[in-house]
Amino acid sequence: MTWSRKLSDYLIEVHDVDFARGDRSIFKNLSLTIGRGDVTAVMGPSGTGKTTLLQLITRQLVPDKGRIIVDGVDIASLSQSELYKLRQRFGMLFQNGALLTDMSVFENVAFPLREHTELSERLIRHVVLTKLHAVGLRGAAYLMPGQLSGGMSRRVALARAMVMDPDILIYDEPFVGLDPISMGVIAKLIRQMNDALDLTSIVVSHDVREISEVSDFCYVIADGAVAASGSPDELNADTSALVEQFMHGLADGPVAFHYDAPDYEEQLLGKARGN
Amino acid sequence: MLREILDTFLKFLRTFGAMVLFFVRVFLHSPAVFFSRFPLVIKQVYNAGALSIVIIMVSGLFVGGVLALQAFANLERFNAEDTTGIFAGFALIKEIGPVITALLFAGRAGTALASEIGLMKATDQLSAMEMMAVDPVRYVVIPRFLGGVISMPLLTAVFTTIGLAGAHVVAVEWLGVDVGAYWQQLQQALDMEDVLEGIYKSIVFGIIASLLAVWEGYNAIPTAAGVGRATTRTVVITAIAVLIFDFMITAAVSLR
Ligand SMILES: Nc1ncnc2c1ncn2[C@@H]1O[C@H](COP(=O)(O)OP(=O)(O)OP(=O)(O)O)[C@@H](O)[C@H]1O
Ligand SMILES: [Mg+2]
Repeated sequence: MTWSRKLSDYLIEVHDVDFARGDRSIFKNLSLTIGRGDVTAVMGPSGTGKTTLLQLITRQLVPDKGRIIVDGVDIASLSQSELYKLRQRFGMLFQNGALLTDMSVFENVAFPLREHTELSERLIRHVVLTKLHAVGLRGAAYLMPGQLSGGMSRRVALARAMVMDPDILIYDEPFVGLDPISMGVIAKLIRQMNDALDLTSIVVSHDVREISEVSDFCYVIADGAVAASGSPDELNADTSALVEQFMHGLADGPVAFHYDAPDYEEQLLGKARGN
Repeated sequence: MLREILDTFLKFLRTFGAMVLFFVRVFLHSPAVFFSRFPLVIKQVYNAGALSIVIIMVSGLFVGGVLALQAFANLERFNAEDTTGIFAGFALIKEIGPVITALLFAGRAGTALASEIGLMKATDQLSAMEMMAVDPVRYVVIPRFLGGVISMPLLTAVFTTIGLAGAHVVAVEWLGVDVGAYWQQLQQALDMEDVLEGIYKSIVFGIIASLLAVWEGYNAIPTAAGVGRATTRTVVITAIAVLIFDFMITAAVSLR
């Protein structure tokens, strides 16, 4: 299993990364690895930095300390053109879709093809409609992004993330705002694509049940570091307080539901400083 | 106290440095983007131009009229009302045309640029481009910058032309200045250098107004409030910068 892996089995390695936003430390000595060919889940309470982690892995942000290795290369050492070449191997689904608002759904999905390939108009049309069909939105091809619901936008964004046939697909909260049917379809799609196309997938999600079903390996991130990791079954069986709380959605436990704040009672009574 | 001053100063230096780097980046890539993204640039010329053309024309008409009124009222006392055209024309071509066009541009097209780019940032569209290996500076920022730079002289020309027409209407049709005298005086007094001064100004203002607008949008805090603030700052900073540069250019030209 995981411990018998050789180094090269990891497509992405994060070593001892520190990252702060202003004075607020987000990660402290974070280390984790993403197995080649796996669907890896990243879970954790809201605001712990899951999106930030994805931004670090894709060098949209640069860590204050530590190294991030993608396919054997330290991404800090890449020039902009090398970085862009690497990014063409990534497909990323943003938390809110991030469709380009001034072009139609069709053009959004076609955008990477038009930018990076010399495909004929007919071929582009074929590829785009195939991808839109896969997410069930071929009929919406000529709508504008503003005319889509949140869930539909996310599915279009998924089609766009797939359109360049990337090696690595990154999903930031793919299930939020989806109805149970689309949720199941998308979850299955993530798994099927990963296996059929030989991808490596990283899925950030709160949806413990959906994600357990499709992932090979899970990380739970809390307080700036990996709090637990293992296969979904291992994590489900894990009885440590934090993992139990998270996997079973309990309100009480080591993970604070509240953002750092002064004592509630004192603040209500007006004793705490800084209101 | 000292610490705070030092911090503010350092923050200022950092912002200033980032600004300079951004400007250099925009300038360096502009020629290549102009050719490789020509359709995008044309679209932005249309956007910036179409957005501003109506207010430019209306303002030009009335500003021209006011200039004629003011000039006439004063010149009449010296029996020199025939030279109304000179005064209105000079003011429009060298000063009022470029400056007011730039201020109107900042209020209409500049704010639109800043809020558009800021919103794209707030909705992760710029990050999405980054992830699709498309440089948002080259795809979003520079075409808009170039669109503004190209539009400004054109808009200034429109403003000045309509302004001259407005001045003509007021001076000739209304106040009864002789039409031959009006235009002949202006033509004789006006040198190519005067016209060039206006053109130089419009080019400089176009660069300033467009650059500040895309900078504010690109560096907006990616929230609704942040984009709103960036939009307001665009107008304020552009207005101040344009007026300062106007003074410097005028001083440089007239002291030569
Ligand atoms: N642009 C930013 N500037 C400053 N702080 C930020 C910024 N973006 C996020 N943060 C802070 O960084 C922390 C981590 O944010 P991040 O978006 O990575 O969380 P997340 O784990 O993805 O949360 P969620 O599950 O709600 O999406 C948050 O506490 C947030 O306040
Ligand atoms: Mg997030």
